[in-house]
Amino acid sequence: MAAALINVPKKAKRGDVIEIKTLMSHIMETGFRHTATGELVPRDIITSFSCRYNGEEIFRADLFPAISANPFIAFFTTASESGSFEFSWIGDRGFSESASASIIVE
Amino acid sequence: MMKRETMDRPDRSTRRRFLALTGGAAVVGAVPIVAAQPAAATPAMMAAAMRDVTGAAVVRTGKVKLDVPPLVENGNTVPMTVSVTSPMTAEDHVKSIHVFVEKNPQPNVGNFVLGPRAGRAQVSTRIRLADSQKVVAIAKLSDGSCWSASVDVVVTLAACTEEVI
Repeated sequence: MAAALINVPKKAKRGDVIEIKTLMSHIMETGFRHTATGELVPRDIITSFSCRYNGEEIFRADLFPAISANPFIAFFTTASESGSFEFSWIGDRGFSESASASIIVE
Repeated sequence: MMKRETMDRPDRSTRRRFLALTGGAAVVGAVPIVAAQPAAATPAMMAAAMRDVTGAAVVRTGKVKLDVPPLVENGNTVPMTVSVTSPMTAEDHVKSIHVFVEKNPQPNVGNFVLGPRAGRAQVSTRIRLADSQKVVAIAKLSDGSCWSASVDVVVTLAACTEEVI
């Protein structure tokens, strides 16, 4: 299930501030909805997102049911050296996905 | 008058219990309908959630810019951007950004942890709003101070609590 969409610039100058956009396909069921018969639909959300740049964590987010389905998260970082970004999403019911992207810094 | 067919919440067991409890003593027209609503966060709950994050620090207004459309049609996906004025150096940077709402079932929306390497203190995501309400963003800086911004949003179609078909 290739569920992630990642947008990282391919190239950047050293010291540039770059934007990273991520989107993970996920229902993000709030746990507050009911079915027509009155049963509560159990919560099923992504609870944690993190991004590592050459092994060092540069961004982390705790998500709650108030984040929309297919969570989109965009943030910034300073391009310091060529290498890779590792993204990971962890959630309810053992949900765990990861993705990576590489960048060339000149 | 005892039977309330028009109640929009599908929480039948609560309604039945509610009617059973109040049925005998029901005074015509004086039954509080709100009693059967699912629990929603209150401004007090939001304040408590904010205190968990800020601790004893005084939250001042300013430095934070919260971009949310003031009028949204669909509360299921509301674009939101939080940016903080900060040089983002090792000595002076934004450590984290926290977003809260007043009337969703839960006051927390998201916690975002940044560092001096971010270069720019800005985070974007999409959120759910269960009602027209106030959205608050708090930024925690490296010197321990807390800054906030809030926006009142009007929502025409609410999120979270609708029925699953």
